[in-house]
Amino acid sequence: MNTSFARQRYLMDFTLHSMLRRKGRNLVLFTVYCLVIFILASVMFFGQAIRQEAKTVLADAPEATVQNLVMGRHALINAKWVPVLQNVRGVRHAEGRLWGYYYDTVNGANYTVMVPPSGDAEHQLQPGEVIIGPGIVANRSLIRDKYLFLRANYGEIFRLKVKDRLSSDSALVSADLLLMSEPDFRKFFQLPDDVFTDIGLTIRNAREIPTIIGKIGVRVPGSRVVTRSDILRTYQSIFSWREGLLLALLGASIVAFVIFAFDKAAGLSGEERREIGILKAIGWETSDVLAMKFWEGALVSAGAFLLGLVLAYGHVFFFQAGLLEQVLKGWAVIYPDFHLKPHIEVLQVVTLAFFTVVPYTAATIIPIWRAAVTDPDAVMR
Amino acid sequence: MSIRPSSLMISAMLLLGAAVVALFVHAYSSTDNGLAARARLVGQLGLTDLALFTEARYTRHPSQADLHSAFQDHPMSLDHFPSGSLVSPPRHNFAQPAGVQQ
Amino acid sequence: MIELDNVSKVYNEGRVNEVFALRDITLKIRADQTTVLKGPSGSGKTTLLTLIGCLSRPTVGRIHLEGKMVSGLPEKFMTEIRREKFGFVFQRFNLVRGLTVLENVMLPAYPLGLKYSTLRDNAERLLGDVEIADKAGMKVENLSGGEAQRVAIARALINNPDYVIADEPTANLDTRLVGEFLKIVEKLRTEGKSVIITSHDPRIWQADVVDRVIGMEDGRVIDDGIAAT
Repeated sequence: MNTSFARQRYLMDFTLHSMLRRKGRNLVLFTVYCLVIFILASVMFFGQAIRQEAKTVLADAPEATVQNLVMGRHALINAKWVPVLQNVRGVRHAEGRLWGYYYDTVNGANYTVMVPPSGDAEHQLQPGEVIIGPGIVANRSLIRDKYLFLRANYGEIFRLKVKDRLSSDSALVSADLLLMSEPDFRKFFQLPDDVFTDIGLTIRNAREIPTIIGKIGVRVPGSRVVTRSDILRTYQSIFSWREGLLLALLGASIVAFVIFAFDKAAGLSGEERREIGILKAIGWETSDVLAMKFWEGALVSAGAFLLGLVLAYGHVFFFQAGLLEQVLKGWAVIYPDFHLKPHIEVLQVVTLAFFTVVPYTAATIIPIWRAAVTDPDAVMR
Repeated sequence: MSIRPSSLMISAMLLLGAAVVALFVHAYSSTDNGLAARARLVGQLGLTDLALFTEARYTRHPSQADLHSAFQDHPMSLDHFPSGSLVSPPRHNFAQPAGVQQ
Repeated sequence: MIELDNVSKVYNEGRVNEVFALRDITLKIRADQTTVLKGPSGSGKTTLLTLIGCLSRPTVGRIHLEGKMVSGLPEKFMTEIRREKFGFVFQRFNLVRGLTVLENVMLPAYPLGLKYSTLRDNAERLLGDVEIADKAGMKVENLSGGEAQRVAIARALINNPDYVIADEPTANLDTRLVGEFLKIVEKLRTEGKSVIITSHDPRIWQADVVDRVIGMEDGRVIDDGIAAT
């Protein structure tokens, strides 16, 4: 055991010396590798944390929302359906919800405008008052007791007093929220009194939901029900391998490694070949040569992987994924402050390790296989 | 007497390994970060989605988006907004409508 | 004792550029002796050396080392034997660039996994024996020809082999260094090692320290005699 470990250490010594001979090239290789891992791991950690966040935070979302579909698109729903839904057995409470989007031309931001439910005592508003989310605060430098001026589609300008702002802790769910009173909302969006955006349901027993949905389908024709589990499932696939960004990054990194492997395999340099010949002539076995090369691949890839992982974790959870912001932000002017609770999915980390460390190490060993196996007398000639 | 390169390398690897273990410990033992505040607001206002991407309605409220808002022109068309590549149309849009008798 | 029994070596067998490097060599190389293989280039002396030193296998025939057949062994065993029994000094020395003198000397023993301090001490002692201990920390690229040769010899001795094989050891050296080389051979002889040298330098095969000179031409042994003393 001791001899085995000592032997590997000697092989490591040799390979490290070998690598130091081309310090620049190997440093660049290591840095690039590390960077690839950093980016992939950052997106991965971010995604894992968001998924976990959604799972926890949306656990209290409405059990079901009933939408009206017209020609396949989400349309306003008539208030007459509220008592109908209230009467469905198993539904504890049905309430019309008012929410929509407003595009602010001043700063190019989209706000989600919403009327707080009647049961929410903390956020009840009088006409002329609004509560704004932290993203809007940041964007328009508004503080309490100042006024917000919004222009409705039909031309009227609304002067709204900012009664309060939502806490910055809640930014991930409330960054772009603009809460207003129902009369203001209806006037602003020119909605008649008998429509709602959708109807939210509180259901006694979660297991009854499929049955209730069936009943709703019969009693409210043309409707669609989105359940809480639908909501939660939406967020479980976000930022996963199936989605564009991560898959593109992973694909790009695999292609990069393949190119590197191909480049290495295409030509073992004369000097490398000669060196292997010398080693074999002086008494190294094929397995020694291969082990030595293995260490070259493994040390670089494992080192770069671990370093990239650590840096990515720091980036996402201590620096709020600042670098990703540019990518994720897209066209959104309002972007929430991410103070995510760290969450690591071991399987994903292992997958990342597997798809980067293994190809790289293989790319280092495979090209020298042939040279390692040839008879050493070539070095004499 | 210079240090053997393998000694340095092994030390560096052990250090990195320890750092990774520390990450896991940190992740599994870390506290709130405002999670409770967010959960509370969701319950009070009846929110259904995270405010991740505010560009389009199908990325701002993906769980509430109908099939057509996600696909805009047609299923194979390019996304109008970059965030569309990060959020896919929710699967319940493709599921059997609930209430269909088996 | 190394015994070669009807050994032939063919390169590029069956192809257009097929070449018979050695034909029907039958030879006994005794231990404790200094043997020189002489002959013009192309005579097969280097090829014979590679076969004796288990660096390659014969196409026809058998080779025995101390009574055991080695020519048919799998690569792993041949490597082990080569490592234990033979030390090589190549014509161009073949030191590994980028490593120091000390590291080069230690290199053949790496696969053995010995205790580092033991190996290092052995290597330093050998460097002292060939009088180059002061250059132990120097990179081998910066050595002169004579110094490189001494390092190559020290490297050949690290595993304490019974046979030291040197291929044209003085070909790339200054005249005055030939004497230095022969002094080292003398020393090895007194330690009981067998030295096998190829050379076309008359000063080598006519040296006092040489016990036997084997002449070769066209892949055959044409002359096998005790050296003139």
